[in-house]
Amino acid sequence: MFDDFFVRALFAGIGIAFVTGPLGCFVVWRRLSYFGDTLAHSALLGVTMAYTLDLNIAISVFLISSVIALILIQLQKKTNLPGDALLGLLAHSSLAVGLVVIGFLTFIRFDIMGLLFGDILAVTTDDLLIIWTGGALILLVLKLIWKPLFASTVNYELAEAEGLNPDRAKAIFTILMAAVIAISIKMVGLLLITGMLIIPAAMARNISDSPQKMVIFSIIGGLLSVVLGLYSSLEFNTSSGPSIIAASLALFILSLFKIKQSIKLKN
Amino acid sequence: MSTENNILVKLHNAGFKQNNKWLVEGVSLTVEKGKIVTLIGPNGSGKSTTAKIALGIYKNIEGNVEKYTNKVGYVPQKISIDWTLPLRVCDFMLLTESISEKDIDEALSLTGVIHLKNKNLGNLSGGEFQRVLIARAISKKPELLVLDEPVQGVDYTGEIALYELIKNISDTLSCGILLISHDLHTVMTATDHVVCLNGHVCCSGSPMDVAKNNEYKALFGEKASQILTVYEHKHDHVHSDEGEIKKN
Repeated sequence: MFDDFFVRALFAGIGIAFVTGPLGCFVVWRRLSYFGDTLAHSALLGVTMAYTLDLNIAISVFLISSVIALILIQLQKKTNLPGDALLGLLAHSSLAVGLVVIGFLTFIRFDIMGLLFGDILAVTTDDLLIIWTGGALILLVLKLIWKPLFASTVNYELAEAEGLNPDRAKAIFTILMAAVIAISIKMVGLLLITGMLIIPAAMARNISDSPQKMVIFSIIGGLLSVVLGLYSSLEFNTSSGPSIIAASLALFILSLFKIKQSIKLKN
Repeated sequence: MSTENNILVKLHNAGFKQNNKWLVEGVSLTVEKGKIVTLIGPNGSGKSTTAKIALGIYKNIEGNVEKYTNKVGYVPQKISIDWTLPLRVCDFMLLTESISEKDIDEALSLTGVIHLKNKNLGNLSGGEFQRVLIARAISKKPELLVLDEPVQGVDYTGEIALYELIKNISDTLSCGILLISHDLHTVMTATDHVVCLNGHVCCSGSPMDVAKNNEYKALFGEKASQILTVYEHKHDHVHSDEGEIKKN
């Protein structure tokens, strides 16, 4: 069944959507979209490391992104630079270093476009295994830290005062972000991963009145985007990443009509 | 039970410094089960800071804090909730602990906001939100309640009812309460122990003792002490604008 590249891509995308749905909600709630971008940019460095050391791409990206996240946390503590400047510094310098390293690796043929925008042809059966086991693990850990993470997202001091240890939950969440980027880089591409995280969640925000509903709609939105995006990618011979993100944008635009309706109902 | 076992939180010579400025220093106080301890003092005197020290929100503090319970309910003075979150009152009630539907309803009824249960938190008025905050803190049946100006923005009759509720809760749940309030009348009538702050502990003791205290009078004026008693007094020091003590 997984002999067909398209079936593999479809299952990979579905696996990714299940994980980006709930994580994307937290990215929106905690205003972390630029943080996600930074980790995704640093993923290029992870990919080059994978090629040079002959490692699995997902594992290598996960390691590099986690290291970048840790460096960021340290820099935030040690310097007086504002958070967005630090994020920009790490995002662009790690992207630049990654591209420079690629320049040196003349013996390997790189598909830069595939790396930046995703390539459905690239998904192997091994990747499927990593996406689904990794994804299940991410969701399990997220479920375990849900209460402290959510409570501190609403109000840090309440969570801290009532004994929920929000700092630990935040650190674990950072690792989960690195992990989700690692498993989705091949499909969505490193320039568009943040879109996969925030656009379905933003769409879900428009049509939900509770956090649980927002998570569920965000997953459904992600699933629909993957299926629609991949079929149109096949049909029009476009890159998988942009096709998926364009599909999610279409869903977001549809969700705006729901807002209009509810505003009308109120008046 | 000995008094030792009744202690919920104990501050010993505690203080907190931010940007090289002491927000509060040298605070010692004890909250016991079934007792209400109230912090009073002018704006910027370190009341909220003291509460946050007791709660363990501030990490790098001077002195020490011993906390003997993890069942804490907290009503902060300021709370900023990000409205990118779709959050109903009933979701907010479950924020830090999974409590039963029955307990949620009971707490919301006690503070008079049961009709708002399925409303979005962002659509509440200031007073309504304050009642929800109190309901959330008491619904988890805490051993220690920390209430930082819990009735701000609540209408006059509601204010009295809520203070009565707080007193009842301390009796029925026998939980200890650390209360911050500007309502001296309530403080003086419903409290077991008063700590008067002005960057440090000015005076502390039973409401009666504090009302007689000269420093209290210096801070709050003669009228304030007449709430309980009329008393002869002499100022032995005044506070400068920086809060420093100047002997007369």
